[in-house]
Amino acid sequence: MAEFFVDRLSLSAPVGYTLAALIQCVLIVALIGVAALLFIWMERKISGRIQDRWGPNRVGGKFGWFQTLADGMKLLTKEDLAPKDAQVILFRLAPYVSFAASFSAYLALPFADGWVIAPMTMGLFFILAVLGLEVFGVILGGYASGSKWSLFGAIRQAAQVVSYEVPLAMCAVVPVFLCGTMDLVAIGEKQAGLFTNWLVFHDPFTFVIFWVYFTCTVASVNRSPFDLPEAESELVAGFLTEYSGLRWSFFFMAEYSSMLLVSGLAAILFFGGWNGPLPIFHCIGWAYQQSETTWRLTGYLANLAGCVNFLAKAVLGVTVMMWVRWTLPRLRIDQVITVCLKYCVPLAAICFVGALMWQTLAWPSPNDLVPVTPAGKAGVREQWVLQQAKNAGRENLVGVSGPATDMPVTDIVVRPLEQEGGEG
Amino acid sequence: MMLLATLDWYSLFFLLFALLTCGFAVGVLFSDNIVHMAFYLTLSLGSCAGLFFLAGAPFVGAMQLMIYVGGTVVLLAFGVMLTANANFSSLRIPRGGWVVSLIVGGLLLVLLLTAALRVESWRTPRDEAVLPLAEVQTATVLGAGLTGVRVDKLHEDDPVTRRGMSGYLLPFVIISVHLLVVLVGAAYMARTRIYRRSASGNPRSRTG
Amino acid sequence: MYLLLAQITVAHYLVVGAVLFVTGVLCMATKRNAIGVLIGIELVLNGANLNFIAFGSKYLRHDTLGFDGQLIALFVIVLAAAEAAVALAIALNFYNNHTTIDVDKAEDLKG
Repeated sequence: MAEFFVDRLSLSAPVGYTLAALIQCVLIVALIGVAALLFIWMERKISGRIQDRWGPNRVGGKFGWFQTLADGMKLLTKEDLAPKDAQVILFRLAPYVSFAASFSAYLALPFADGWVIAPMTMGLFFILAVLGLEVFGVILGGYASGSKWSLFGAIRQAAQVVSYEVPLAMCAVVPVFLCGTMDLVAIGEKQAGLFTNWLVFHDPFTFVIFWVYFTCTVASVNRSPFDLPEAESELVAGFLTEYSGLRWSFFFMAEYSSMLLVSGLAAILFFGGWNGPLPIFHCIGWAYQQSETTWRLTGYLANLAGCVNFLAKAVLGVTVMMWVRWTLPRLRIDQVITVCLKYCVPLAAICFVGALMWQTLAWPSPNDLVPVTPAGKAGVREQWVLQQAKNAGRENLVGVSGPATDMPVTDIVVRPLEQEGGEG
Repeated sequence: MMLLATLDWYSLFFLLFALLTCGFAVGVLFSDNIVHMAFYLTLSLGSCAGLFFLAGAPFVGAMQLMIYVGGTVVLLAFGVMLTANANFSSLRIPRGGWVVSLIVGGLLLVLLLTAALRVESWRTPRDEAVLPLAEVQTATVLGAGLTGVRVDKLHEDDPVTRRGMSGYLLPFVIISVHLLVVLVGAAYMARTRIYRRSASGNPRSRTG
Repeated sequence: MYLLLAQITVAHYLVVGAVLFVTGVLCMATKRNAIGVLIGIELVLNGANLNFIAFGSKYLRHDTLGFDGQLIALFVIVLAAAEAAVALAIALNFYNNHTTIDVDKAEDLKG
C-alpha cells in the first residue's frame, strides 16, 4: 500500500508510509471491533440455541442484531472503579497490554495472497511470540487488583499458557516443515488447488495434529473448557473480578480478537488459507500468476474473494470454539495440565515425527489422486538455498565437516528431494 | 509535512527504542517490588527486540520476544508466588551499599562508554545506501548455519573469509543436549516434595 | 550530543548495550531478592546480545560479523533461558528450605 502512495500518487516516502500505516491500523481496529460485535452476538445466540432457548430477540429486530451495541453502551456508562488495595497504574495499564498484544499479532497475518501488513519471512514465529505476550496483561491485572480471586486467576493463567505454548509450537511447526518456510503467505500459496492439497488432508498425522492444535489454541486463549483463569463458579470472575466498564471490555475484545487470530492461523496452516476448496479463480485465470507483479482488476477480485474465503474459515473456527464452550464442562486445573503434558505433548511429538516421515518417504497423499496440478505460486521457495549457491556462481561447497570437498552443491542441498523422487 | 519528509526515520525509531530500553532497565534497578521489576524487565527486553528488528535481525528479535518474554512470565509468576506473604521492605540493602554500588557502576559505565566511542570505525556510519528492511531474509540462512551449511558465505571469493563455513552444527548439538539436561535437572530440583505425616506426627519427605 | 544527531552507527548500539550491562550488574549487586538477581543477569546477557547484533548488522558497518553475530546471539538467548530455568529451580528449593528468597540468608553454606 505504501508503494501505491509513493509511486502512483507521488507522495514523499515518509508521508506515504505514515499514511499507509495509519490506514492499515484503522482497518485492523475496524476488523477487530466488528468481529467482537459479531462474536458476542453469535455467542449469545449459539449458547441460547444449545440451551434450548432463543437468545437475544428484542433489541434491533427479530434476531437481536443490536444486542451487542446495547451491551457496549451499558459498559461505557459503567463507572471505572479501581479497588482500594490495587496498584493503580498497573491495574489501569493491564487491559491495554493484553489488547495491544493480540492487536499487534495481526501485523503478520495475511488475509489473502499478499494482503499482509508486514510481510515477514518468519511471520508464523512472530505471531506465536506476540500472542504469548497477551498473558502478560492478564497476570498484571490479576496481581495489581489486590484481590485473592484475581491473583489465583492470574497464576492459573500463567501456568496454563506457558505449558500450552509447548504443544502449540510443536503443532504449528509441522506445516512449516511440510512447506519449507515460516512465511505465512508462502504457506498459503503452497496449498493452492483442490482442497485435497490442504495440509490437514496431507496425511493422517497432519489430520490428527490439527485437532491437537485446536485444543491448544482453545487453551491458550483461555476459552472454556479451559477457562480456568476466570472460572466463575470457583473464582468469582478470576482475573476479571475487579474490572468494570471499558477496561473489562478491553480484556474481552482481546479475547475475541485472539480467538479470531488463532482460527485464522489454523485456516492458513491447515485449511489452505484464502484458497477455496475448488480453484475457481485459477481455472478462469483471474488469480495472479507466479511472476505477475502488475495490478489488474480481475486479480484484485480474486484476492477479494480469497479474503472473504479466509474470513469465513476463521469465523467458522471461532464458531466451533463457541460450540465447544457451551457443550463441555470446565476441567479442573490439574486436569488442564494433565491434558497438556500427558496427551497433547506426546501426541504432537508423535504426529510431528509421523508427518515428517510421510513427507520424506513421499508416501501417498490424497492430492496425488487429483490429476490437476495447482496453478498457484507454489514451489517458488523450495530451491531458495540452491538459488543462492547458483547466484554465487560457486560449483564447490565446503562440506558440512572439515576441508573443501569436490562435492557439488546439488549433492548437499537437494538430496532429500532426490530421495523423495526416487522412492515415491 | 516538511518535518515528516526531512526526518530520519531510522534514527527516530532507534532513539525511541533505545530510550525505552535504557529507561526501563533503570526502572528495574530502582524498583523494590518484584512484580514491578519483572514488568519493567519485560518492557526493556521488548524494546530491545525492537532494536534487533532495526538492526536487521528480525529472527533474533522474534526469538527474544518468544523466549525471553515467555521466560519472564514465569519469573513474574514465581515472583508473585514466592513473595506473596513476604515483607518487601526487609529486602532492601543499606544506603551505604547503594552509594558504593552506584559509584562502581558509574565508573564501569564511563569505562564502557569510552571504549565504545574510542574506536573510529565504530563511529563512522555505513556510507552507501542500505537495503530496505523488508528484504532481510534471515530465517533460512540462520537455520542453514545451525545445521552446518553457511549459505551466506558462498559469495566470498577469498578462501580466508570463507573459513568457518562449516557452520555451527557442533555447538548446536551441544546446546541441544545441554538444554535437555537442564530441563530434566530443573524439573528434578523443583519437583514438589509431598510431605506425609507419619504416625508420630513428624513430617517425612517422600523423595521422588 | 553528537551521538543523538548523527546517523546511527555501531557506537549507538554499544552505548545502549553498555547501559543495559551496567544496570544489570548493579541489579545483581544491590538486590537481595534472588529473583531480582536473576533479572539482573538477564539484563547483562541482553546487553551483550545487543553488541553482537550491532556488530553483525549490515546496516551499520561494512565488515560485519555477518550472520555469526546473530547466531551467537541466538545461542546466548537459548542459554539464558536454560540458566533461568535452573536458577528458578534453585530459588524454589531455597524458598522451600528457608521460607524466604533473601539471598543474604543463604549463609548456611559458609564453612
